[in-house]
Amino acid sequence: MTDSKYFTTTKKGEIFELKAELNSDKKEKKKEAVKKVIASMTVGKDVSALFPDVVNCMQTDNLELKKLVYLYLMNYAKSQPDMAIMAVNTFVKDCEDPNPLIRALAVRTMGCIRVDKITEYLCEPLRKCLKDEDPYVRKTAAVCVAKLHDINAQLVEDQGFLDTLKDLISDSNPMVVANAVAALSEIAESHPNSNLLDLNPQSINKLLTALNECTEWGQIFILDCLANYTPRDDRESQSICERVTPRLSHANSAVVLSAVKVLMKFMEMLPKDLDYYGTLLKKLAPPLVTLLSAEPELQYVALRNINLIVQKRPEILKHEMKVFFVKYNDPIYVKLEKLDIMIRLASQANIAQVLAELKEYATEVDVDFVRKAVRAIGRCAIKVEQSAERCVSTLLDLIQTKVNYVVQEAIVVIKDIFRKYPNKYESVIATLCENLDSLDEPEARAAMIWIVGEYAERIDNADELLESFLEGFHDESTQVQLQLLTAIVKLFLKKPTETQELVQQVLSLATQDSDNPDLRDRGYIYWRLLSTDPVAAKEVVLAEKPLISEETDLIEPTLLEELICHIGTLASVYHKPPSAFVEGSRGVMHKRLPLGGDIGGSPAMGAGFGAAPAVMPASLNAPVGGGLGDLFDLGGGVGMPMGAYIPPKTVWLPAMKAKGLEISGTFARRAGVIQMELVLTNKAMSVMTDFAIQFNRNSFGLAPAGPLQVLTPLGPNQTIEVSLPLSTVGPVMKMDPLNNLQVAVKNNIDVFYFSCQYPISMLFVEDGKMERQVFLATWKDIPNDNESQFQIQDCHLNSASNKLQGSNIFTIAKRTVEGQDMLYMSIKLSNGIWVLAELKVQAGNPNYTVMLNKSKYISSLRFFQ
Amino acid sequence: MIGGLFIYNHKGEVLISRVYRDDIGRNAVDAFRVNVIHARQQVRSPVTNIARTSFFHVKRSNIWLAVVTKQNVNAAMVFEFLYKMCDVMASYFGKISEENIKNNFVLIYELLDEILDFGYPQNSETGSLKTFITQQGIKGQHQTKEEQSQITSQVTGQIGWRREGIKYRRNELFLDVLESVNLLMSPQGQVLSAHVSGRVVMKSYLSGMPECKFGMNDKIIIDKAGKGGVTNEAGKSTSGKQSIAIDDCTFNQCVRLSKFDSERSISFIPPDGEYELMRYRTTKDIILPFRVIPLVREVGRTKLEVKVVIKSNFKPSLLAQKIEVRIPTPLNTSGVQVICMKGKAKYKASENAIVWKIKRMAGMKESQISAEIELLPTNDKKKWARPPISMNFEVPFAPSGLKVRYLKVFESKLNYSDHDVIKWVRYIGRSGIYETRC
Repeated sequence: MTDSKYFTTTKKGEIFELKAELNSDKKEKKKEAVKKVIASMTVGKDVSALFPDVVNCMQTDNLELKKLVYLYLMNYAKSQPDMAIMAVNTFVKDCEDPNPLIRALAVRTMGCIRVDKITEYLCEPLRKCLKDEDPYVRKTAAVCVAKLHDINAQLVEDQGFLDTLKDLISDSNPMVVANAVAALSEIAESHPNSNLLDLNPQSINKLLTALNECTEWGQIFILDCLANYTPRDDRESQSICERVTPRLSHANSAVVLSAVKVLMKFMEMLPKDLDYYGTLLKKLAPPLVTLLSAEPELQYVALRNINLIVQKRPEILKHEMKVFFVKYNDPIYVKLEKLDIMIRLASQANIAQVLAELKEYATEVDVDFVRKAVRAIGRCAIKVEQSAERCVSTLLDLIQTKVNYVVQEAIVVIKDIFRKYPNKYESVIATLCENLDSLDEPEARAAMIWIVGEYAERIDNADELLESFLEGFHDESTQVQLQLLTAIVKLFLKKPTETQELVQQVLSLATQDSDNPDLRDRGYIYWRLLSTDPVAAKEVVLAEKPLISEETDLIEPTLLEELICHIGTLASVYHKPPSAFVEGSRGVMHKRLPLGGDIGGSPAMGAGFGAAPAVMPASLNAPVGGGLGDLFDLGGGVGMPMGAYIPPKTVWLPAMKAKGLEISGTFARRAGVIQMELVLTNKAMSVMTDFAIQFNRNSFGLAPAGPLQVLTPLGPNQTIEVSLPLSTVGPVMKMDPLNNLQVAVKNNIDVFYFSCQYPISMLFVEDGKMERQVFLATWKDIPNDNESQFQIQDCHLNSASNKLQGSNIFTIAKRTVEGQDMLYMSIKLSNGIWVLAELKVQAGNPNYTVMLNKSKYISSLRFFQ
Repeated sequence: MIGGLFIYNHKGEVLISRVYRDDIGRNAVDAFRVNVIHARQQVRSPVTNIARTSFFHVKRSNIWLAVVTKQNVNAAMVFEFLYKMCDVMASYFGKISEENIKNNFVLIYELLDEILDFGYPQNSETGSLKTFITQQGIKGQHQTKEEQSQITSQVTGQIGWRREGIKYRRNELFLDVLESVNLLMSPQGQVLSAHVSGRVVMKSYLSGMPECKFGMNDKIIIDKAGKGGVTNEAGKSTSGKQSIAIDDCTFNQCVRLSKFDSERSISFIPPDGEYELMRYRTTKDIILPFRVIPLVREVGRTKLEVKVVIKSNFKPSLLAQKIEVRIPTPLNTSGVQVICMKGKAKYKASENAIVWKIKRMAGMKESQISAEIELLPTNDKKKWARPPISMNFEVPFAPSGLKVRYLKVFESKLNYSDHDVIKWVRYIGRSGIYETRC
């Protein structure tokens, strides 16, 4: 006799038959009938009409039957609350049963019946069960408090169950402790500020003791709870870590991952120079690798988590590349995740192996996997410069296979490679152009169009190629349309004569025939640019583009921190914060990593920049030189009243290169002191602190005269202006150009380098006025070789002299020769070098001829030209 | 936490449905069926989010087990739980099949009630579950009070995996060191990756509550002992290169992890009967029992010539068994001719492979197969992906070099000593994923 017969559907009138059977006198028949009811319930039939009859069977000493009736009750009590009350008496009675299994069963089931009237009756039995002598009953009662809280939170608080539950954390039985922790954690989640768990060193100690003794599941509850605690100092942090590390050898992967979570979080607080810190890092790698020998579903969870861990602490797994190699029989979801991690771990040391693997993968069957493998080859090229050439040739091989999706994917990544290494691999363009016709995906088409536009001057038939795309302009996706517009404008700027018609055509298509606002706007911008100032248009459209960053697809640092706090959970699988997929109050709380114990703090990763947009129309080549040309730029009537000329601030360090720190600045000479005026902007998501600055040796021995005064931490999106006094007594090394300055700026995140050029005028000292006699003598003494001449345009003499004096350029004498005004001037540099100048001004001609005589000068001043 | 658990047959019909949380509605059952089981494209992740509800699933033969939740649950725990649930069911009624599940649905509900409470996994040790959940209904009513409290203390206790008062006339234990050796080799014979994942499985028939201590030739322990200095010479001769470096190991929950962490000693009170004591992984100095040398030549567009040589690489006195070499063939294969020196080889069209079987092979031998594969001309542009040649075998030694040094049994309350216990040790090395690219 088997039970499967209950699943077979019977004829109509089944309910009536069942009713009769349920009311039968024979125990066996009753039991059979209840089984049938449960089977019907399982397959989704509505058997709620049988409620009274089933409840009648509850009064039985047959436990199996009782359990079946309870199962039915849990399902239908909500729809029949009045009837459900009939069951209360039995429950209450069962809670007093001498058999602990029955007491527990009653309290467990009662908690699952979401009917107010029953809940009221539950309170007294629950109170007793929480203090039951038998641990089995206590551990069941602990969970029941959480159930009750879910139904009626107020009731639980009023009845004081929370305190009883807290007491259970000190219970002698580890399973009771574990369940109490689980219940409290869940209740605490819906009361974010209640401090319900009240974790302190004493309670933590109790949890750690229970951790060694309870079931694998209990260990998970406790570890997950521990992860919410923030130790008071690094010593406490270390002692907890020491007691958690043995869990890394547990056979249950969830225990391991939860332990990893606790360790990853508490490690933040350990000073990096501590020996233990290094030991801990080493201990983390083997268990993570072992997770990969688990069943595939768990491997998937592990890999998603490893992906986070690798981004947060790349050092842990940097030597473990091989274990992420894809096996032929891995399920596709494992393959794709492994590939992701391989790219993250790729470095110069292992790139040869990685490339060999990727090439192998690119010939597999699964389309998604192959695409990702091809993309990965491109990412390797961008990440590891030494491998770029090999990657490009591998990609070319793949293009030769003519497999459609492989070709398209390869073209998309080659575009990125061009962006990263301009003017290096353009020889492959011809091969790419051969495959133009086979591209049917927007991304690949857009990439190809970008390539044609960008290198239009090297592609003879660029206009034909682009024209061919233009035919179906309105059927293309926006991405392709925008790219096509830009590419044709580029082409026009490069070959204006032959492509006038084409550019007209695309501009009118974009502005008049399209109803896409982005496209129209871009079209109008180009149109106006081209019609008002073709030179400016050239500068804007063909400006040098910033290189794309090495790491792509990085998770944004604050999110990464939050996800690290959720290791092992669904959030870490989705790579989304819980608030993105959990409804209601739960999960709204954002978890953060504790702040570090020393300056090291959290080495947050760079903000997640995807590949930069293919076209950056803005010119980033703002004037950086700022030499005499600027000095003589006297055209504007706004005479600078006092001090020297100060060039406008320019961006020295873009945020993209400095993990979110943007530095712009300029140099000034104020009251005889050279100052570096900096504007620091934090464009990252985390707070920046601990700024410091240092200069490389330079031509004039510039060095900071004091520390960089950034006293308050720089919050996200905050800007601070600092001026740094400079001295000229630092070590000297000739730079090229002469006024180049290499600077290193450090903060809690990293050290960044940039170089900038200062105006030489800032070095002109105040006592640079030479005696007329001395001047004459010196002028004659200087050999003609040291002389240089050039012209400056558009100046007016009137204000020149005064203005130059403001910049410490002193006029010694003035004379008029043959209708030309001659000014003789002297300048003294901070390192004692004199520069003598003769300024020749022709009346009516705003052009100046400057003749420079320098004594003991080492080289020509390039910046003058 | 876990909101509910459903079991479906291959058609997507519900066999078991147990909901633990109020936020899971009845429509969740259908959502999974429609979006995963009946999905037009094969589902590409074991975790699926459908309308803010997450589904975790595993498949056993053609049965789907799915856990559903609306919260941020511990995902690793959910999968561990699903595997455990399968183990528990299997130990109660054997294979997980539609028939068995339907036949035991009452039992399954009973188990689900016991091992998941409000979605929190509780005790899931088959040993203790079987003491109070039986196919004949709960023994409850016939038990004495002592028996009852013994059950509850075992279910919740520190040693949940073993009950007191076990007696055997003959105290005996069996240790199996089971290793699976995994290899990925390039066509040129370069080892791309190789590792051994091993298990120590123990069958113990011991009386009372014995305290056991297990020792193996773990490099760290032996180095430590060597450093002790007392028997430096002797220590060297026993260890030498005999010791092995274990990358990582995990233990059954009976092993005291903190003791392993501090002293690296493996001590435990064993469960009764068969269980897995530990798992380990090694990557260094692995003995690769076989080397596969492939040679594939494409003759024109319609013919392939394949030659594969296998060499055994272990002591000549040992015998490998159940050797099977699987050589993949292209999908457009029309005919195959095979010649092999040893064993039997067959082309299996349904599996797209030539399967070459050899019953036994001694160490330091070599054998060869050559095949000519006729191909149908195709207009498929994509080249054949050439899946790797895989191999299966069984050898009577541990490819990692692991050796059991001792397993000591102490039972202070009963009068038997370590010497009275009969102990058996066996080493079996099997192929895991043992592949050579061609």
